Formats: sequence, structure tokens, C-alpha cells
Amino acid sequence: MMGGEVKKFLYMNRKAPYGTVYALESLEVVLIGAAFEQDVTLVFLDDGVYQLIKGQDNSDSEMKNFSPTYRALEMYDVEKLYVGKEALEMRGLTEEDLLVDVEVKTADEIRDLMEEMDVVLSF
Amino acid sequence: MLHTVNKSPFEKNSLDTCLAHAKEGSAILLIEDGVYGATKGTAVSNKVQEAMSKFTVYALEPDVKLRGVADKVMDGVKLVDYAGFVDLAVENDKVQAWL
Repeated sequence: MMGGEVKKFLYMNRKAPYGTVYALESLEVVLIGAAFEQDVTLVFLDDGVYQLIKGQDNSDSEMKNFSPTYRALEMYDVEKLYVGKEALEMRGLTEEDLLVDVEVKTADEIRDLMEEMDVVLSF
Repeated sequence: MLHTVNKSPFEKNSLDTCLAHAKEGSAILLIEDGVYGATKGTAVSNKVQEAMSKFTVYALEPDVKLRGVADKVMDGVKLVDYAGFVDLAVENDKVQAWL
């Protein structure tokens, strides 16, 4: 990149993947951030954790299954994926249910993470 | 009467309001993000389990599969396809959609 400064970008994802377009739009913006070689962090809270669930299957549906894209993020050096502990628990989910490696973080830890960032983008 | 719920129970109170206002014996069909309400081990599972003694609870299978929760659906929830959705709409005299 041409002499650009690198900023720490946090993408805060709080919506389930298909009911609204937020999750898909977030992914698009994440890939743009990564293409500009920015320092990218993704957080998944509330229904956002459903974006990462294994086994999404659109074979009976007209919707596009964009979940494989999360597995490709690694190739764009997007490796910091954090998931809210409370969000998983209240949905009966564990890390085992997710299709990528993530770090599970408490609300306290995510609060600190947010403070470290230069830019926060909300989805 | 058929009640449909298309919002996640963790984001909106549509399911709660539906359960509070549906008459005993009604059919409740969970669609779109509403299908998360049909899954096991969540903060609302007990409530839905209890509701199944008063109502017949259905979930739209294509929406369940798309969202990756097919192996997490609670016992007692009946999965229907789009044709089943149509049947429910025809069998019931009215439809209330809790949006």
C-alpha cells in the first residue's frame, strides 16, 4: 500500500446472518479493510454469533450461503476473531459449533478491546 | 388460527408476545430468524418447551437448514417445508404474523 498508515479496525457484528443484510455487508467491508492492509479485528456478539455456526445449508433455500467466506478470511490475514462468551451461552452454543477458530471473550475483555481500537464499524 | 414469528427471540419480543396472545390449540410457525426459537439449550428453550403443551409449534425447515441449526431443533417441534407452510395457511381461518 502506498505509504498509508495502518489503523486498528474493529468490526462489531451483532446480527443473525440471513434475516437482515448486515452480516453480508459487514463481510464485504471487512474484505475491503483487509485489502488495504489494515489491522482488522472482528467481534461477534448477540445474534452475530450465528454468523459463524457450522452446517449452514442453502440447498432448500433461495438465499446465498456466505458462511464459507469466514473460513477464507485467514487468507486475507484476518485472524483476530472474537466471540462473546455470554452470547454463545444463552444460545446453547460452544466453540465446537463454530466453523472457524475463534477466541471466546467476556464482556469485560471486549470492552478493553474496543478501547484499543482506532476505528469501530458497527453491523 | 395460525401465528407466524419471523424474528429472533434474542433480538425482539415477537415470540413472547405471540405466546402471550395465541389461543390454546393454535398453530405457531417459526420462520426466518424466528427458527432460532426452536433450538435446544437456549435462554428461551424452556419457555418454548412449555408452550408446546398449549400449541403446536412448527419451524420452516429450509430456514432451519440455512441457519445451520437443523441438528439443534427441540423435540416436539414439527418441521414443515414451503408446501407445509401453504397447508397451514389454508387449514387455518386467519393468520397473524408477529413481525
